[in-house]
Amino acid sequence: MTQSTEFDYNAVDREQWLHMYEQMCKIRSFEENANELYFSRKMPGLTHLYIGEEAIAVGVCEALRREDYITSTHRGHGHCVAKGASLDRMFAELLGKEAGYCRGKGGSMHIADQDTGNLGANAIVGGSAGIATGAGMSIKMRGTDQVAICFFGDGALGQGLLYETMNMAQLWKLPVIYVCENNLYNEYTHNRETAAGSLKARAEAFGIHAEEVNGQDVRAVYATMLRLVERSRQGEGPAFLLCQTYRFLGHHVGDVNREYYRSKEEETLWKTERDPLKNLAAWMIEAGLAEATIFGQIEEDVQAEVAAAVEFALNAPFPNVSEVTENVYA
Amino acid sequence: MSMLKPSPTDRVLTFSEAIREAIAEEMRRDPTVFIMGEDVAEAGTVFKVLVGLVEEFGPQRVIDSPISEAGIAGLGVGAAITGMRPIIDIMFGDFITLTMDQMVNQAAKTHYMSGGKLKVPMVLRTTLGATRRSAAQHSQSLHAWFSHVPGLIVAIPSTPYDAKGLMKSAIRNDNPVAIFEDKMLYQLKGPVPEGEYLIPFGVADIKREGTDITLVATSSMVQVALEAATLLADLGISAEVVDPRTTTPLDKQTLIDSAKKTSRAIVIDEGYEQYGVTAEIASVIADGAFYYLDAPVKRMGAMNVPVPFSPVLEDVTVPMPQGVVDMAKMLCGKN
Ligand SMILES: Cc1ncc(C[n+]2csc(CCOP(=O)(O)OP(=O)(O)O)c2C)c(N)n1
Ligand SMILES: [Mg+2]
Repeated sequence: MTQSTEFDYNAVDREQWLHMYEQMCKIRSFEENANELYFSRKMPGLTHLYIGEEAIAVGVCEALRREDYITSTHRGHGHCVAKGASLDRMFAELLGKEAGYCRGKGGSMHIADQDTGNLGANAIVGGSAGIATGAGMSIKMRGTDQVAICFFGDGALGQGLLYETMNMAQLWKLPVIYVCENNLYNEYTHNRETAAGSLKARAEAFGIHAEEVNGQDVRAVYATMLRLVERSRQGEGPAFLLCQTYRFLGHHVGDVNREYYRSKEEETLWKTERDPLKNLAAWMIEAGLAEATIFGQIEEDVQAEVAAAVEFALNAPFPNVSEVTENVYA
Repeated sequence: MSMLKPSPTDRVLTFSEAIREAIAEEMRRDPTVFIMGEDVAEAGTVFKVLVGLVEEFGPQRVIDSPISEAGIAGLGVGAAITGMRPIIDIMFGDFITLTMDQMVNQAAKTHYMSGGKLKVPMVLRTTLGATRRSAAQHSQSLHAWFSHVPGLIVAIPSTPYDAKGLMKSAIRNDNPVAIFEDKMLYQLKGPVPEGEYLIPFGVADIKREGTDITLVATSSMVQVALEAATLLADLGISAEVVDPRTTTPLDKQTLIDSAKKTSRAIVIDEGYEQYGVTAEIASVIADGAFYYLDAPVKRMGAMNVPVPFSPVLEDVTVPMPQGVVDMAKMLCGKN
């Protein structure tokens, strides 16, 4: 795995690492609560949890500015939080409430937040490749130095749209960064059964600058993204970042018995040895950047914030039925 | 070919068991039949409809594909032209949009364009239906899209019996056939005889006889119409429920005959109302039963909005029994 060897982690402010820890912690706690809302039958429908993959969203978004764009996936809560969305309005959306980011019309798989540059989660696998690349095109036409990030899973490598858009991004040097979250599975099928050849070489075939990173290490994701974002801002065109990761829980909240497609041992290995939160904390403690107690404090604060957000969402009203015909056309 | 109706003494299967049995029987009968799609093998599809098939037929015939809807539809066309009988599994009906060129410009036209030389005996099975709280990209009923295209057959079963018979006919048919299964029906139970039977395309089924009003209902809407008919009976209105079972070909005669008998008709389908299945069928009835009608033919489809997530919004976008009752009362002058 290519590590950003030249990057000196100690050059990053301690507060910034702690902030990244807090962001990851928020995502995890958000997801744990979403899971609980499902099991207590308070949330309609299903949702796809991001637990285990937090370092990618946080490492990537930490290297972005508020006005940079992201497009997200069905597993999108992490991206949304990391880009700066507020938890109460996210929970409200998950519960179909009027106070939600999409007034309850979108739900878990469609949260969009223009204010933080989040152009929307997407329930069509690979469906946002066009949107992100189009945003890159618009950035170039408008002459700003923003970048557009396209998050997608390894499963999206099966979609033709991704290849059509990567080709154009490289031809026209668009400031788009394709972030592939390779958590090894397309739902219940391992990607060794669905993807031939090298994942990274797909982008390289177009001449796109591609790198691979340990997606469980927020430091590595962040450091690599800083470089890729800078290249794109300078007009050097698109990049592709392959992040190796793992979802700790099911494909969605209802996917509880998973032994028929992946082993308990495999899950345990990732959860115990490759937990992005534990690993960042352990490194900071060892590097003398933080005392062990600070992480517990962060967790407590985050949990209180999340609990308040859940409470807000539970008490929020549903939209008025008359809203159903609004927003079909602009 | 037997066209028997199920009898109440038959064994009971769920809608999803009936589909699985149909596919399994055809795979046993014909070694050229195979099924391909996302998570069809060990997972048995996300709705668990195909559980057990990979164990019986092996991964050479029950094939997990990449998430490549356009690609698997295309492979289906090519395999069908060259001697196989593929069943292409598209997890959600919303994703047929990704298969459109392969289905519309390739599968549908190959036989005609080749002057009748090439055949495309493939099945595309997918889903329709809202109210699962799955939001705008996982809830649509897009069967009208395929119904619009000459060269494609479209089946939309509403009972376990019909699902089995139509699936077997689809697999044996020499044309591309799209079958849309309502996700909410998978657990519906109903009689399915043990013996072999097929249901021919283009033959509607009268699901309940009546004399005052015809409710033409498809797929998910058949249960809605049947419930409405029960409620209407209490009000002294006798409703006939007619299920076309296939939109293309369409059994115009049965629909027209029923409307002639009752002199009133409502057409109910879960696709978007605008330019939808209801429009086509209403026009067939208005045309064919014109002199017999006492009221304009009415249509009830999904509201012309993307399916919203919030339950309070989603529930008003699809026809419900009470809405059908209200409309029927109005047409029958019983307000
Ligand atoms: C075009 C399309 N096909 C199929 C699906 C159903 N589906 C939802 S998530 C998923 C697996 C996606 O795998 P991946 O892209 O690796 O993302 P992950 O769930 O692993 O995060 C599938 C097949 C879909 N939403 N869109
Ligand atoms: Mg994946």
